[in-house]
Amino acid sequence: MMSAATSIAVNPMTPEPYCVRDVAKETPDTFTLTLNPQNGNGASSFKPGQFSMLWVFGVGELPISISGDPAKQDQLVYTVRSVGKATHALVSQKAGSAVGVRGPFGTGWPVEAARGHDLIIVAGGIGLAPLRPVIYHVLAHRQEYDRLVLLYGARSPRDLLYRKELAAWARQRDTQVLVTVDYGGLSWRNHVGVVTTLFKFARLRPARSVAMLCGPEIMMRFVVRDLETHGLNRNQIYLSMERNMKCAVGFCGHCQYGPHFICKDGPVFPYDQLAPQMDKYEL
Amino acid sequence: MENLERIIAECPFFAGIDHGFMELVVGCASNVKFEAGAYVFKEGTPADTFYLIREGKVAVEMFSPQSKPLVVATIGEGEILGWSWLLPPYVWKFNGHALQNVRAIALDGKCLRAKCEENHDLGYAVLKRLVQNIEQRLDETRFQLLDVYSAA
Repeated sequence: MMSAATSIAVNPMTPEPYCVRDVAKETPDTFTLTLNPQNGNGASSFKPGQFSMLWVFGVGELPISISGDPAKQDQLVYTVRSVGKATHALVSQKAGSAVGVRGPFGTGWPVEAARGHDLIIVAGGIGLAPLRPVIYHVLAHRQEYDRLVLLYGARSPRDLLYRKELAAWARQRDTQVLVTVDYGGLSWRNHVGVVTTLFKFARLRPARSVAMLCGPEIMMRFVVRDLETHGLNRNQIYLSMERNMKCAVGFCGHCQYGPHFICKDGPVFPYDQLAPQMDKYEL
Repeated sequence: MENLERIIAECPFFAGIDHGFMELVVGCASNVKFEAGAYVFKEGTPADTFYLIREGKVAVEMFSPQSKPLVVATIGEGEILGWSWLLPPYVWKFNGHALQNVRAIALDGKCLRAKCEENHDLGYAVLKRLVQNIEQRLDETRFQLLDVYSAA
C-alpha cells in the first residue's frame, strides 16, 4: 500500500481523508484539532514550520500550520483561530468526523542548521502554533542545542495558547520562557506590554543565536528591529509568513510576495530574503 | 554609600555616567522595599521619588471609570519607574502597584531636581537618559495601540 507521504508526492492536489480525534479549546476563539489518518497508515511526516491544506467538506479549504509534535507520527495537530466561515466550520468539527488533508507543504524552520546554537523564539498570538513543533523538537534533542529563549506575547491573558505547556517548558534546563500580554487584568501577575518589552529580561547571546519569529507581520517588523539592535544579523533571523495560500504548490499565484511564492518557497524565510518586500507599502 | 553607588552604577539607566555625577546621585538615594500588593505610589499624590527597580515587578495602573484599574505596563528588574517627579505639577498620574515583593533604589526627586538645576551637566546626563527611556516607552505604547492580535 502506498504511504500517505508518497501519495502526496504523486498528487499534491488530492486530499487524504483524516478523522478528527479531538478538538480542544485553547482560548475563546482558538481550538486545537488532532487528526488521525483514515487509511490506516501513519500520518504524513512533517518538518516544524510546514503547513497543510485542510479541507472542510462542503465549506472550503484552509492553509493551517502544523502545531503538533513532529515525533508523533500517528497524528497531525493544528491550532486554528475561528475568524471566518471556513475556520468556524473547521473548529466546529466533532470527534469522528472527517476532513481532508493535503500536504505537508512549504519549507520548515531551520532546526538542523540551528544545531549548536541558542534559539530565540519570538511568537505573537496564534503565531506560537507554528513554532510549537520547534520547541518540541529542541526539547526532545536538548543536548544538540544551547539556550532556548521563548518570548511570547498575546492580546490578553485569556488569549494565551498552551498555558500548561508554557509553564512546563519554563522548568526545562537552559530554557527561558517569558510571557507578556498587551492588556492585563488585575489578576494577571506576569508582564504587561508588547512582546518587544521582554527583550530587556531575555538572556540573549546574539552572536551564537538563531531567531525564529511568527506573528502578525507588523509585530515581526518591530521584533526584527529589536533583534538587529541586539546585534543579530539578518541571516540569523527567520520569519514565517502567513499569506493567502490556495493551491499550496506554487501554481495559482495567490500567495505571491515579490519574487517568492509563500506556499512553495516559504512560509519560513530568512529575513535577508524578505527585507526588500517587507519595506514596501501595500504589498 | 559605597554599596549604594555600586548598586546604582549597575542599573542600566545610569550606565556610563560620570563618577562625579554618581556621587551627586547617591546623595539622593536610599534602599526601599515594598511587599506584594502594596502601592509604590498612587495617582494624584505628590511625585517626589524616582525608582530604580532591583527586584520584583510593579504594575502601572490607570484609572478607568466604572471598572477596576487597567494595567497598562509592568516595570521589572533593571528598569526605572516614575517620571512625574521631574516635571510640574510633580503629581503621580498612575498607580504603581507591586505585583511581587519589590526591592528598589528610591531617588529623592526634590533632591535630584535641585542638583540638576545647580549642575546642568548632571541635569543633561539625567535628562538624556530619561528621554531615551521615554522614547522607548512611547514606541512600545504605539505598538500596543496597534492591537496587532485583534481578529480584524
